[in-house]
Amino acid sequence: MTANIADTAYIRFVPTGVRHAVDRGPGSPSFTDGLKKRRAKERNLILAGQAAILIAVAMLMTLMVSIVSKGYSAFGQTELQLELYLEEGLIDPNGNRDPETILRANYQSIIRTSLRAIFPDVSGRTDRRLLNNIVSNAAQFELARMVVDNPDWIGTKRVISLPASDDIDQLMKGKIDASLPEDSRRVSDKEVAWIDTLREREQIGITFNTRLFTNADSRDPEVAGILGAVMGSLFALMICFMISFPLGVGAAIYLEEFAPKNKWTDIIEVNINNLAAVPSIIFGLLGLAVFLNTFGLPRSAPLVGGMVLALMTLPTIIIASRAALKSVPPSIREAALGLGASRHQVVWHHVLPLALPGMLTGTIIGMAQALGETAPLLMIGMVAFIADVPGSITDPATALPVQIYIWADSPERAFTERTSAAIMVLLTFLITMNAAAVWLRRKLERRW
Amino acid sequence: MSATILIAILLIIAAFAYQTGRQRAFAVAGNKRSVLHSLPVYHGSFMLVWVLLPAIAVLGIWTAIQSTVVDFLVLDQLGPAYADLSLSDRNITLAEIHNLASGDFNMDQAAPEIAAAAELHNHLSALGRWLSTAVVLGLAAAGFTLARRQIGTRFRARQQVERVVDVLMLACSVIAILTTIGIVLSLLFEALRFFVRVPFYEFLFGLQWSPQTALRADQVGSSGAFGAIPLFAGTLLISFIAMMVAVPIGLFAAIYMAEFADRRTRSIAKPVLEVLAGVPTVVYGFFAALTVAPVFRGWGDAVGLDVSSESALAAGMVMGIMIIPFVSSLSDDVINAVPQSLRDGAYGLGATKAETVTQIILPAALPGIVGAILLAVSRAIGETMIVVMAAGLAANLTANPLEAVTTVTVQITTLLVGDQEFDSAKTLSVFALGLVLFIVTLCLNVVALKIVQKYRERYE
Repeated sequence: MTANIADTAYIRFVPTGVRHAVDRGPGSPSFTDGLKKRRAKERNLILAGQAAILIAVAMLMTLMVSIVSKGYSAFGQTELQLELYLEEGLIDPNGNRDPETILRANYQSIIRTSLRAIFPDVSGRTDRRLLNNIVSNAAQFELARMVVDNPDWIGTKRVISLPASDDIDQLMKGKIDASLPEDSRRVSDKEVAWIDTLREREQIGITFNTRLFTNADSRDPEVAGILGAVMGSLFALMICFMISFPLGVGAAIYLEEFAPKNKWTDIIEVNINNLAAVPSIIFGLLGLAVFLNTFGLPRSAPLVGGMVLALMTLPTIIIASRAALKSVPPSIREAALGLGASRHQVVWHHVLPLALPGMLTGTIIGMAQALGETAPLLMIGMVAFIADVPGSITDPATALPVQIYIWADSPERAFTERTSAAIMVLLTFLITMNAAAVWLRRKLERRW
Repeated sequence: MSATILIAILLIIAAFAYQTGRQRAFAVAGNKRSVLHSLPVYHGSFMLVWVLLPAIAVLGIWTAIQSTVVDFLVLDQLGPAYADLSLSDRNITLAEIHNLASGDFNMDQAAPEIAAAAELHNHLSALGRWLSTAVVLGLAAAGFTLARRQIGTRFRARQQVERVVDVLMLACSVIAILTTIGIVLSLLFEALRFFVRVPFYEFLFGLQWSPQTALRADQVGSSGAFGAIPLFAGTLLISFIAMMVAVPIGLFAAIYMAEFADRRTRSIAKPVLEVLAGVPTVVYGFFAALTVAPVFRGWGDAVGLDVSSESALAAGMVMGIMIIPFVSSLSDDVINAVPQSLRDGAYGLGATKAETVTQIILPAALPGIVGAILLAVSRAIGETMIVVMAAGLAANLTANPLEAVTTVTVQITTLLVGDQEFDSAKTLSVFALGLVLFIVTLCLNVVALKIVQKYRERYE
């Protein structure tokens, strides 16, 4: 072969491998060598691609395994079965069953008496304090509420299960290694011995941790729960949906169906695309400066959180809704127009019902993003320690991801497993929402 | 009357107005409905719009400004002793009055003029509520009668209603612009207040960052230094590490999925990447701080390196994992947008698949990929939770990834969470940092979106 193919003017580009092949001719040793090299290159590229995907999968696995392995134990909680004598003279000296009096009684001493009855030979102030610390600090309040709810218990002896303190809980779950030397672990030999006795008497055990789902935050990890944060997230998401869905759909319909193509609509469009990529923390600063400092709305309230999240999810919803409107074929519009419908009637009666499933899918995905968002909520003060479950959109509250952030920062070891458990709950919510979006798309979306 | 009840009453009136409008349209048409210009539904909607919109608009504006107006009036009444208060003293006085007015706190210890002001506050608030109720209900009634008078056979109710809907939808689209303007104004306004205290060049080019200012004049210690270079350097270092992880993995994954993978592999790999994208950043932050950072520290100890427990490496690595799906899905789009004819041409000349990818597709897709990477960089710079939880607080000016650095977003968060006083340089510096962050990410986004768009047009 005399002419080089690459010299031919109308072929502007020839892969190097091909050039070699043409130069040397098929069948020659250099040709087969070149082919080997070219195939090796191909193999390397495929290997690199597979490695990249494997790394991504491995990362995801590591993340999930590390969270589940840290967090599964938080779904159990160590409980003590204590026989308590609810003496009437201590709890309700007046005998009129007034809930206020019952609530204020000294339950701590009742619990302590019961503990001392199990271990009568414990003496000395330090040892007694150590013994008392087996039971959670919050147990007395829990007991008080139980007695208020069941006034007929007063004057009886009952076996009641109360939460153990977080250190004992960690010991029972094997997170504190009892075989280490005493001064390098958080529980002393005496406590270990007491726990063994209680275990023999079957007065201590791990049960399902309902407090995690029915309590709000607490300083004591053994009774801290996520209900307050979940309610805060729920309120915020509700506000977010009520603002962003109508606004997003309205904007999408206007831009897609009615807006004239001019400079202004171009600006709006560029604006929306840019807003979608603005860091979330900037939205938090906006909320702080405008909603809190200018309009004087309450700090830490799900109302403001929802408003900030709504501004954040708006671009997502607008973009998804426009895509949904675009996918409705023009023939639908033309047919309606041909029958004499006005442009508004075309949109509201024919196009919108067909595009709605797509819009809802986009909205659910936007809501899922909003649910996982933390940074803007920190800016507007939804990061305080709040021990009550919020009852309305203006009560101070946190949100689930913020609760995760707060717990992750806490020094107590027992909070680490609770953080992981809260993450598992959050991920469950997110997976459910995304699955719902996928299901909705499969079920309702029409292909034309 | 609470706003909820008022809105409920308005809704009931509106529903009634809708019915009235329809009935009236039927009535004027008699038994010949074809004489009506618009369908009865539109007459009903016309009345509903007139009852609802003015009333709601006035109610909204009233609620927004009432408390400010009341506060202003109350402070005005306080007398000469409270005439020229500084901003923070003014806020304290107001808080005192509000506490008294709400009745949650003990009235005994308050100064008499404060107690009087609290009473006035309650009085004015109650007056305002009644006044607003009267005005709003009056507007609704006026709208009802005026609109009802319009209804007739030739009345173009549909056009009227459609025009209102047009305006409402336009308002929805303008929210996006208002948001941007709101961001720019709020950041700019507070940042300017900061630059009055700390010179502009000192902030942008200073090498010292220690925002703890003295609370009292005689306090020993830091007077506050606001040189943001260490923060910018830290942000860039962590973003750079993140991109070193995300770009190769994301790009190779995208190439493999677009050109080589069979359907089964794709059906597994795509959801995995989507899940990576859907994990909240606070989860990544937890992972970085509690799993990755200790591992890196352990490895460092094993080879005799001193790795900080809040190293830039751990934060950057995990941020890179977070950004992988971002890079891969954008690159995937771009690679799929390269026309099939280019591939076919290369195959026809005897190129292998790998040669087609590296010598035809990647050069053709390069602008789009660059755009995708720029968008990813912008996301890395603005990412908050991972660095808040896994990066440090100390503003070290270093390029060593094993040391702790701090970033712009970390400083914004730590300076704002907790006590805030809106006339200290410490709090205001947050808005200056926010402004820089906004401008940088905005420029990256604009450039990236432009590139991606141009590139798309080229192959259309």
